[in-house]
Amino acid sequence: FTGLKYLFRAMVAFAMRRYSSKETTQISNVLLCNVTDRVSFWFVVADSSKNVTTIPRKNVEAAIRMNRNRINSAFLLNDDTLQFLKISSTLSPPIEPSLPIWLIVFGSVLCLILGGIVFLIVSGIRQRQKKNQASAEAENLEDKHETIVTTENGIPCDTLDFKAGHINGVYAAADDERFTPL
Amino acid sequence: MEQSRPLWDNPLQFVFACISYAVGLGNVWRFPYLCQMYGGGGFLVPYFIMLIVEGMPLLYLELAVGQRMRQGSIGAWRTISPYLSGVGIASVVVSFFLSMYYNVINAWAFWYLFHSFQDPLPWANCPMNRNYTGYMEECEKASSTQYFWYRETLNISPSIEEHGSIQWEQAVCLILAWLVVYLCILRGTESTGKVVYVTASLPYLVLLIYLIRGLTLHGAVNGLVYMFTPKLEQLANPKAWINAATQIFFSLGLGFGSLIAFASYNEPNNNCERHAMIVSLINSATSIFASIVTFSIYGFKATFNYEDCVSKVILLLTNTFDLEEGFLTADNLEAMKNYLTSTYPNEYTELLPQIKNCSLEAELDTAVQGTGLAFIVYSEAIKNMEVSQLYSVLYFFMLLLLGIGSMLGNTTAILTPLTDSKFISTHLPKEAISGIVCFVNCIVGLIFTMEAGNYWFDIFNDYAATLSLLLIVLVETISVCYVYGLRRFEKDLHVMTGHKPSWYWKIMWAFASPVLIVSLFVFYLTDYILTGTLKYQAWDATQLRYTRYIYNSSLFNF
Repeated sequence: FTGLKYLFRAMVAFAMRRYSSKETTQISNVLLCNVTDRVSFWFVVADSSKNVTTIPRKNVEAAIRMNRNRINSAFLLNDDTLQFLKISSTLSPPIEPSLPIWLIVFGSVLCLILGGIVFLIVSGIRQRQKKNQASAEAENLEDKHETIVTTENGIPCDTLDFKAGHINGVYAAADDERFTPL
Repeated sequence: MEQSRPLWDNPLQFVFACISYAVGLGNVWRFPYLCQMYGGGGFLVPYFIMLIVEGMPLLYLELAVGQRMRQGSIGAWRTISPYLSGVGIASVVVSFFLSMYYNVINAWAFWYLFHSFQDPLPWANCPMNRNYTGYMEECEKASSTQYFWYRETLNISPSIEEHGSIQWEQAVCLILAWLVVYLCILRGTESTGKVVYVTASLPYLVLLIYLIRGLTLHGAVNGLVYMFTPKLEQLANPKAWINAATQIFFSLGLGFGSLIAFASYNEPNNNCERHAMIVSLINSATSIFASIVTFSIYGFKATFNYEDCVSKVILLLTNTFDLEEGFLTADNLEAMKNYLTSTYPNEYTELLPQIKNCSLEAELDTAVQGTGLAFIVYSEAIKNMEVSQLYSVLYFFMLLLLGIGSMLGNTTAILTPLTDSKFISTHLPKEAISGIVCFVNCIVGLIFTMEAGNYWFDIFNDYAATLSLLLIVLVETISVCYVYGLRRFEKDLHVMTGHKPSWYWKIMWAFASPVLIVSLFVFYLTDYILTGTLKYQAWDATQLRYTRYIYNSSLFNF
């Protein structure tokens, strides 16, 4: 514990030197009193130039505030674990990014979903167009054959008419696989 | 050209669709609460009895009706008897009410999900006040998770009369939620069938991860032991039985017409009896599984808060009496308190109001259900885990899957009768009908994104569906058994499944379930009448607690 007390006195002296830019404060100027088991104590900084006076509270407070971070780091503690009573710690302002992060994630999910919807709708419309076209073509084809040629088994009857009707081309080509076997 | 009815690609899609619909947020946030309130492990007794008496028979009934009639709810009931088409219309209207407000939960889940990609999580710490001299007062007095829910998410107004403006962030999340639902239903069973593979199975994966994580958390055992020790005296409490019956009834989603709609896309010879039993058993098993996870999370949170409270007391005492570090520990705290009282009586009595009595029991006793559990309690537990971002993302993603799965069922219940009707389907393609339904629901749902939106949400959640569904299902059961005729129904089932239904089903349909539903109905009616003026809980930002206000009939003058 005495080592830590020495470190503390050194840190306070260092803080005073930095604050007042005078190289006069010595470690021996920092006095600790009322040291308790709880590791808590009072301290004053004596003025080395004028005897038996102490540096006013305001200056010491300002010095500590300025170097608070360094004092904390020296002890590997933070504002919660190393407390200077009556010196309230200023809280660091939050880091606010230019665009809130949630909007970025939201934007990406939104684009994915919209893309999916557009894709499904467009493919649905295309499928329906194809079906309409196919059924329209099928209707056209049937019309054509009915007006032009009669078909038997999908084959126009004219081609089966050999020798002006004496020979029935169907029987002649019976083993042809176009016809259903007997 | 007559288009044949679209079908599920295979029976597995149908089972998954039913599971994804039935296993919803209620399994996660209502069942653990009921378990805790009505006797812990002992609650499982009335729960399973009600499952057998009410759950399975009614589920089988609805699936069979849908599969036999091969039409949505309106068409199916019209086929049974033209006088019953009102039942179908009632189902569609209730489904419409439900889909209006239910998707807001998905919007909230999206909001939390998007905010999970930050370090630290935004609900882990209180934000600072204007002068940067300290934290926001509202947040200090409540907790950071409560502040995030009530202020940053909902921006809730002090009472339902003060509407406030539409919160654009919530509105935008709601629009996204409806776009997701639209994407899933826009092609009918073709698209829904693929989506349900994901929405039915992934939540189980997340629950499993949470189970392993939850059971290994410090203090989880406290929660499990406390919740599951059966308090068998609760079995004598009629409220336990009533709540078990209600939970089974609403958890399966009976009466909305969704089950009829799903079953109407089945092959006529699908074995719906087996599927009904599978779905209802899986639903109940999931409830129990989810409550194990929830109770271990409760235990962790309660232990964490208890130890935090104890260490704060220790710090306070150590600072005041300038004791040595490590003098007071959690174990000797009580003994040391007595010692300090006798040694420094004056200072101790001065300090007394600040010393909180830390109790693990009190922490475990806070029973929460509903959105409070899902968004406040769980996020509080998550922020204390290591790698909290990962668990947060997983958890809210799971909530989304559960919510969207239920929404698919609801919208199918509305769409199937619409697409069945020849008048509408000749004039508009399927995509346009789904689009119009989603759009109308979205616009109406913007009410719930206003500052008073959560109060409206509570109204809808508590009153929109309860009595109506009981009545609808009662009429359904009676009409199938007595109007359509139990014998005719038996024959239809014989044709569909290949064997006649056993005497167990017949007794349940004809006697047990109707009697049970009538008693539930009577109970709820008398409860409403006896309560007198209905009250709601409002979040008071100035006093940081809940106050109960009376619903004023003038609030309907918008």
